[in-house]
This record gives sequence, structure tokens and C-alpha cells, in this order.
Amino acid sequence: MQIPCPLCGLRDSREFTCKGHAVTLDRPAADAPPEEWHDYIHLRDNPAGPTRELWYHGGGCGAWLIVTRDTATHAVHGATLASEARHAG
Amino acid sequence: MAELIPTPPAQGLTPVSLPDVVLDAAPLIPIWSIAPYQGQADRVGALLETHLGLGFPAAGMTFSNGTVSIAWSGYEQAFLMGAAPDASLSAHAALTDQSDAWARLVLSGPLARTVLARLVPLDLSPAAFPVGAAARSMLGHMNMLITQPEAGVFTLMIYRSMTATAVHELSQVMAMVSARAAL
Repeated sequence: MQIPCPLCGLRDSREFTCKGHAVTLDRPAADAPPEEWHDYIHLRDNPAGPTRELWYHGGGCGAWLIVTRDTATHAVHGATLASEARHAG
Repeated sequence: MAELIPTPPAQGLTPVSLPDVVLDAAPLIPIWSIAPYQGQADRVGALLETHLGLGFPAAGMTFSNGTVSIAWSGYEQAFLMGAAPDASLSAHAALTDQSDAWARLVLSGPLARTVLARLVPLDLSPAAFPVGAAARSMLGHMNMLITQPEAGVFTLMIYRSMTATAVHELSQVMAMVSARAAL
């Protein structure tokens, strides 16, 4: 498996660590109701198909990436810098 | 004040010299990390240009003015090597002296690429990794910054604490590759 790092180019998966679904980028407000925090911390979808995940390029540039990956085929469709997604949104 | 004796990271370990491939230590030089604050990379690049005739390198790039060089070393970060940055940069970037944190090894010779191919998951052919390129990757399991200052000569920067492991792994591979080439 290879991941196209926006800074380093196509790199082997040994350089990366997976954190999990990119849902953790959308942190609820501090005063959000407990149900929203419960959802944010514990509840995850288990998609069979395209999914957005956070990967850390620790063996490379050290950036956090949002990787679009298909859990059914293992195809990696692309990667963007998580910092850019944050600034955009 | 006590006079401290600088000890090179690979003292007693290098050089490792085999037919067609040599591993040696690069001279001790100042290494400064420059990490521009949010949106300040252009300003930092302009100051580097004024003081040293260097810019702030984009991902995978190095600049050199002959004595001082700057290499991209990761996300929004570069290493200035050979001189300390001008104090004026501190308003626009986080500056840290990392001179003692890194070991710089130099691998050269016609078999250098073949040796690295066994340890580094990168395409280091001249087309994919030309002279002046920089990349963060791994040497075996160790984090590394690799540059190619001149054709076929690779500078490998690894954490100083891992110097002995790096030299050991490289010398083992060098012995195998060199023996194979001699068949």
C-alpha cells in the first residue's frame, strides 16, 4: 500500500501511522451537549467503501494527512494536508 | 571556563571503506531548525535571501551558497546548516539549535545507490532524486533526512543517538553489496 503525501510524493505505508476516521477534525464546541461529545468520542461508522481517515507521516515530513481510502478494495484515492482542511473549513 | 572537546557522533565508527562504496562522517557544523510561524514562510525566505543569499526551500528542495546550505526537513520546517540564522528571523520563525542532535553520514561511491536501495524506501535514481533534492524518509527503521549535495554522494542525517545502529546497518549492507559486486 502506498499513500500520495502532498509534500513527499508517493510513499510506502511503513512511513505512516493511521489514527482513524477523520471525524476527529470536527471537534464539538466546549459547551456542546453530552450527546454530541459522546458521538464525537465513541460512535463511529463502519463503512464498506470510501472513507476519510487521518494518517500521520511520522517516517517522512511529519504532517497529518486526510487520506481517502476504500475499505472494500483497499484502493487509496488521494491525500490532502489536514492543516489545509482545517483552514478551509 | 572549561574548554569542552567536541566529539563527533561517529567517532571510532567511521570511515567504513569497501571497494566502490565508502561511508564517512561529515564535518561537525551548526544545524539550526527554522520553522516559520503561520503564513510567515515568504518573510523568512526574504530574510534568508538578504543575509545568506538563500531562500526558504519548498518541499524536497535544498539551497546552497557554497558554504552554507538550507534543506527542507519536514512540514513547514527547514534546516540551516553551516551557520546560525540571523537574530531577525526569530520574529517570524521558531529557531532551535539542533547541531548536537543529528549525525551526518556521507555515503559515496558507485555502489552507494545499491546500498541505499536495501534500506531506504525511496527511488533515488538521478531522475527521481536529482542533485540538490532533499527527502525525509527512513533508513531501516530510523527517521532520516537524505540529501544529495553532488552526483552520487548522499548525506544521511539521522538522530545522533542512533549513530552506531545506522553505521552498523549500513556497513552490513555495504559488505553484502560489495561482495555481490565482486562475484
